[in-house]
Amino acid sequence: MPTTFLLNGAPVSVGGDDPTRTLLDWLRLDRGLTGTKEGCNEGDCGACSVVVTDGRGTRALNACILFLPQLDGKAVRTVEGVAGPEGELHPVQRAMIEHHGSQCGFCTPGFITTMAAAHLRGRTDHDDQLAGNLCRCTGYAPIVRAAEAAAAEPVPDWMRDDPARALSARPAATAAAAEEAGGPTAPSSDEAAPPHATAPADWGRRAPLAETSAACGADMAAHPTWVRPRTADELAAWYLAHPDGVLVAGATDVGLWVTKGLREPSPLAFIAGIEDLRFVEVGEDEVCIGATATLEDLRPAIAPLHPDLAELIRRFGAAQVRGAATVGGNIANGSPIGDLPPALIALGATLHLRQGDTRRSIPLEDFFIDYGKQDRRPGEFVEAVSVPRQTDRLRCYKISKRFDQDISALCGCFRITVEDGGVTDARIAFGGMAGTPKRARAVEAALTGRNWSQAAVDRACSAMAEDFQPLSDMRASAGYRLETAANLLVRYFHESAGTAARLLEVQP
Amino acid sequence: MSVGRPIPHDAAVLHVTGTARYVDDIPAPHDTLHLCFGLSDTACGEIVAMDLAAVRSAPGVVAVLAAEDLPNSADTSPSAHDEPLLATGRVHHMGQPLFLAIANSHLAARKAVRRASVEIREEPAILSIDDALAADSRFEEGPRFYRKGDANRAIAAAPHRLEGRIEIGGQEHFYLEGQAALALPQEGGDMVVHTSSQHPTEIQHKVADALGLPMAAVRVEVRRMGGGFGGKESQANALAVACAVAARVTGRPCRMRYDRDDDMVITGKRHDFRIDYRAGYDDDGRIRGIEFRQFARCGWSQDLSLPVADRAMLHADNAYLLDDVTIESHRLKTNTQSATAFRGFGGPQGMVGIERVMDEIAHALGCDPVKVRRANYYADAAPGDAAPAPAPLDDGRDAPADTHADLTSRGTTETRGQPAPPPSGAQTTPYHMAVEDFVLGEMTERLVESADYRGRREQVRAWNAGNEILKRGLALTPVKFGISFTLTHLNQAGALVHVYQDGSVHLNHGGTEMGQGLFRKVSQVAAHRFGVPLERIRITATDTGKVPNTSATAASSGSDLNGMAVKAACDTIRDRIARLIAERHQARAADVRFGGDRVHVGGESYGWEEAVRLAYENRVSLSATGFYKTPKLEWDRIAGRGRPFFYFAQGVAATEVVIDTLTGENRILRTDILHDCGASLNPAVDMGQIEGGFVQGAGWLTTEELVWTDKGRLATHAPSTYKIPACSDRPRVSNVSLWDGRNREDTIYRSKAVGEPPLMLAISVLMALSDACAACGPHYPALDAPATPERVLAAVRRAREGAR
Repeated sequence: MPTTFLLNGAPVSVGGDDPTRTLLDWLRLDRGLTGTKEGCNEGDCGACSVVVTDGRGTRALNACILFLPQLDGKAVRTVEGVAGPEGELHPVQRAMIEHHGSQCGFCTPGFITTMAAAHLRGRTDHDDQLAGNLCRCTGYAPIVRAAEAAAAEPVPDWMRDDPARALSARPAATAAAAEEAGGPTAPSSDEAAPPHATAPADWGRRAPLAETSAACGADMAAHPTWVRPRTADELAAWYLAHPDGVLVAGATDVGLWVTKGLREPSPLAFIAGIEDLRFVEVGEDEVCIGATATLEDLRPAIAPLHPDLAELIRRFGAAQVRGAATVGGNIANGSPIGDLPPALIALGATLHLRQGDTRRSIPLEDFFIDYGKQDRRPGEFVEAVSVPRQTDRLRCYKISKRFDQDISALCGCFRITVEDGGVTDARIAFGGMAGTPKRARAVEAALTGRNWSQAAVDRACSAMAEDFQPLSDMRASAGYRLETAANLLVRYFHESAGTAARLLEVQP
Repeated sequence: MSVGRPIPHDAAVLHVTGTARYVDDIPAPHDTLHLCFGLSDTACGEIVAMDLAAVRSAPGVVAVLAAEDLPNSADTSPSAHDEPLLATGRVHHMGQPLFLAIANSHLAARKAVRRASVEIREEPAILSIDDALAADSRFEEGPRFYRKGDANRAIAAAPHRLEGRIEIGGQEHFYLEGQAALALPQEGGDMVVHTSSQHPTEIQHKVADALGLPMAAVRVEVRRMGGGFGGKESQANALAVACAVAARVTGRPCRMRYDRDDDMVITGKRHDFRIDYRAGYDDDGRIRGIEFRQFARCGWSQDLSLPVADRAMLHADNAYLLDDVTIESHRLKTNTQSATAFRGFGGPQGMVGIERVMDEIAHALGCDPVKVRRANYYADAAPGDAAPAPAPLDDGRDAPADTHADLTSRGTTETRGQPAPPPSGAQTTPYHMAVEDFVLGEMTERLVESADYRGRREQVRAWNAGNEILKRGLALTPVKFGISFTLTHLNQAGALVHVYQDGSVHLNHGGTEMGQGLFRKVSQVAAHRFGVPLERIRITATDTGKVPNTSATAASSGSDLNGMAVKAACDTIRDRIARLIAERHQARAADVRFGGDRVHVGGESYGWEEAVRLAYENRVSLSATGFYKTPKLEWDRIAGRGRPFFYFAQGVAATEVVIDTLTGENRILRTDILHDCGASLNPAVDMGQIEGGFVQGAGWLTTEELVWTDKGRLATHAPSTYKIPACSDRPRVSNVSLWDGRNREDTIYRSKAVGEPPLMLAISVLMALSDACAACGPHYPALDAPATPERVLAAVRRAREGAR
C-alpha cells in the first residue's frame, strides 16, 4: 500500500519499498524541496521541522526522524508551503524579517514552520513552542519578538490543510478501507483535538485474533518488510507472527537507529495510527494511558492531576518530540534515562502487556529488569499503563545541563505521604542512577514510619548509597549524581514546608 | 542615506521562505558523487593494516581512496602543513580521517565506511594539559612571554597577594549548517569549488596544491554559510580538498557534507585553557603586579593555535592597566581534535583569566567587584579626541615573498622589524601598545546607573539573606577587544564593483557572509557612495575569480576591511562619473554630488540611470576594483611589542543569575548591556550580533561542556549530549543599548567591528554565578567554566567549606 499524503496542499503518493526513508531525505533529494534543512539528523535541532496536520490537529514535527509510512493520510507543509499560493508571506515570515529574526538563516525554515504551527493553534507560550529549535546566531530574543508580533495576526487560509483530501487521492480500494476505519476529519483551528476522553470501553477485552481485519495481512503481502496495523488486535496478531519485528510509534528513538546507527530494522510495524491504543482515560479510580498516546496527548490530561508530571513532560521533549513520541515507547524502550518511568513508578503505575490474546499486568518497576533487559516476552507489547487516582504529592526533579530538551543526568520522582507529621508511605524512583529506572527502596524504608523532619530526611539521604551506585558519564559524575539525588529529597522536604526551591519560578 | 539605518538582512526574505541556498542546496549534475571519510577509532597509534575491500564492494561505492591513492600529498593545514587529508601511517586523534569513500549517495557513502577493517597499534595518548606538560608535548620550542615591568618584584612588594587557577572549557561551534563542499571539474583540469568556508582563498590554495595546479586554475565560490563562528576558517579545507581530489580521480562532480556527529568528532573547537595566576594588590584592589601562566590545549596539529594563544595573551589585561606584568603561554600538543578559531580567537579565555582575578581580589577585600574593576581600569580617552584620517594609501603590498606558505592564513607566523615605541607617558598594554581610545570608565558609569547596579546589589543581598536554597548573584564585567588581524599583512581587502548600463550595481568583495550581516552593511556603504537606493545594489557571492588574495572573514574585520575596499571601488567609479558631468557643466568634479538617486551639479541634476548611460556613451569605465589596508599597525609577535590593533571595541555587561544550592542548577535572570559599535553602520545588525554573541558566550560558560573519555573519544558529539542554549536559556530580561560614540580612528563611517567582542560580555554570567556561590559561605568559590550544575555545586561546597 502506498503512502498518500498532502504535500503543501497537493496530494502525493510514495511507494513502500524503503520504509525507513526519512521525510527529510525524500523532500530534499526526491522533491528538490531544499528549504527544509538537516542540522543534526537526530531530532534535536529542529532545522528540519515541518507542519503536519491530521485528524488530531496540527503540530510541528522533525522530518529527519519521520519515516514516510508514518505520513499516510496526513498533510505536510514545508517552509515552501508556508507562504501563500501567490507568494504572499505568512505573518510569522513577515515578523521574522521585520524583527531581524534571521542571521545565517539556516535554522530559519525550521523556526518558520514551528512558529506557523504554533500560530495556527493560537499558542503564545513561545519559549516552550520553540524549545526544539536551536539557533546559534540570534540568541533567540528577536525570534521571540517576531513570534509575539505575529500572534495577533489571523491564520492564513492556506494553512488550514484538510488531510481528508489525501484519502480521497488514494487508489480506490484502499480509500474505501480507510473510510471504513473512520478516516481523519478536518482539524479544529485552535488546539489539537484531545485524545479520547475515555478509553474504548473494551480496550482490554477485544475480540480474538481470528477476527482481526484482513488489512494487516494485505499490507504484509504488498510489503513483506512492513505493516501499518490499525487496531491493537491487528498488531497483536502480526507481532505474534513476527516476534523479531520492530514496533515504530513516534520514531523518536528508532529514527536514530536508522539515521545514526545506519541500521535497517525489519520487519517493521508502524503503530502510531492504532487509534484504540491512543487514549488517556481519567477514571474515578485510575488514569489509564494507551501506549500510542503521545506525550502531547498526556500532558494536558495529566496537568490538572499531577502538574509536576506535566512540567516534566514539557521539559524532556520539545514540541516536535512530544507530538511524535508515545507513552508506550518511552516505557518499552527500557532506557535507564527515560523520564516518564520514574514519575509513573512513583505514582504506583501498573503496566499492561499483551501477547496475542494473552494479557498481563505488572507493577511498572518490575518491567525493568536490567540494563537493556525488560520483562517482555516475544511478540508481547505494551498496551497501556495505568496509575491510581490519588492526592497529588508527586514532585518530579529533572537534573540536566540544559532545562529544555535535554537528557537527564538524573531524574528523581517523589511521592511521600505524611499524616499527622509521620511518613505513612514513600515511593521514590530515579532515572539515571542505575541501569534501569529504579525505586530507592532503602530511602523509602528509612523514611516510612518516621517523623517527617529534617533529621529523618538527613538519615534517609545517607541510605541513597545503598540504593544506587551510579556511573560517571558525559552528563555527570557518579559523585554528583549521588549527592544530588540525596539533595532532591531535601528539596522535597523544603517544598513540603513551603520553602522556595523552584529555580524556574524565580523572577528577575 | 543608507548608512546607519536598521535595515533587515539582505537575505531575510530568502531565509524565511526557505529559498536561501546553502552549499548542499545547490542543484548538482545528475552524475554527482558523494563522499564520506572513514575515521580513526583510536586516539594515538600506528596503522598496521587497513582492509578496505568491503568498503569498495559496498552498494553504491564508486571508489575508495587512502593516503597512498592521492595524486598529490594533499594537506589541509592552514599553517604548518601537518594535516594530511588522510592519515599517513599514524593516527593522531580519534576521528581523524583515514580513507575516503566515494559513492552514489551520501547515505551509501556513510554506510560503506563502516565496513572497513582497520588495525591500529594503540599507543598511550596525550589527552590532557597535564599529559602534555609531562611529555613536554607542545608547539613552538617553549613558552612565549610578554613582559612589562617586573611582575615578580611588584608582587613581592604588594600589601596583599593571591594565587590560583581557573580551568576554562572549550566550545563546539555548532554552526547549524554542517561543513559542506561541492567540486565541479572543468575543462583542462580546472576546478570550481562551492564551499561553506570563511576563507575562500585558503580553499583555493589548498585545492590547487592538492591537484598540483596553479591557483589561477581553481575558482572558489561562497554565497553564504549557515553559521561559521570561526569553525569554517580552516576546518572547511578537508571537505573541499576531498571533493576536488575525488572529482579529479573520478572525473565527476563530487559533493560532501559531514553528518553532525562526524562534524563534531572531526573538526576543531575552541581551545580549552588552564590559567594559573599570581597577583599582588593593594587595599583598594589595585593590582601592583601580576603573572599569568596560560596553558592552551591545541590538539594534534598546529592549525591556528599560535595566533589563538597569542590573542589570549593579548587580552590577559582586558580593560585593566597593568604596570608590572608577565604573561607566559604554553601551546600544548595533544591527541585530540585540533582546536581552531572560535569567535574571540583566544581573547575570551585570556579575559576570563583576569576577570577571575578581579573577582577574587574583591572577595578577599570584601568590597564591591565593580569598585575593584574600576580601580584598575585604563584611563578614559579625552572626549572628542578623534585621530586624523591617514595619508592616502600607496598601492604597494608588503606581504612576505615565500610563495609556498599559506600567505593568507592566520596560521602563517611572520615577525616584523622593530615597531616604534609607544609615545612616552602613554598608558600601555602588557605588549607596549598605547591605549588611546578607552571609554569604559564612562560606559561603566552609565551602565551602573541604567541597570541600577547599586540598588540591585542590595536587593540581591536581601534575597540571599532570606533564601536558604536559591541564591542570586550579580556581576558587571567589561570587554576591551583589539581589532585587527595580529598577522599584520592580513589587514587588507579588495572589492570589485560594476555599474551596468541600466544603473544596476554589481557588488563584490572578499568578505564572506555567515549571517553576520556583512553583505548588508557593505551594500549600504555602496548605496551611500553612489547616492542610490539599496535596491540598485546587487549583492553577489564571494568568488576568488572576482577578488583575489582575500583574507579570511574573521577577527571581526569583515566590515572594516571590505567596507573600506568597496568604498574605494565605488569612489573610483563615482569620481569618473563626476569628472564627466563636471566637464559638461564647466564645474569642478569635487562639486558634483550624488544623492537621492540623482547626480547633482550646480543647480541641475541627472537621474542616476541617465548619468550612467551618459558615462557609458562617453566611454567612461564603469567597473573598478577597490583596495584597503589598515594603517598604523606594527607588531612583533615574538617580542610581544608594538601595535597589533588599530583600535579597541568595548562593551560592558551587568548580569544577574540565580542558582539552586542543592543541585547547582542555574539560570540567567537579567542582563543589561552597553556596547560600543562606534557610529553603527546598521544598528539592527549590530544589536543582533550583541544579543546573539552574548547568548553564545553564555552557552560557552554554562551549559556547553565538551567531555572526552579516558581513551580520547569525544563523548559529547551531538546535540543530544552537547547543549547549546535553547530559547528559554536567554536572559529573562535583556536590555541592550549601543554606546553613542564614534570610532576615534578613521574606519568606515567611524564604525567599529562587532563580530566577536559581544561574546565576551557573557563573562558577566560566570562572575555572577561566582557571586551567587560566594553567598553560600565565607570562602572563595573558585568557579571553573563551564559552570554546569555539577561545577556550581562544587563551588557552593568550596564557598562553605573552603578548598580541600
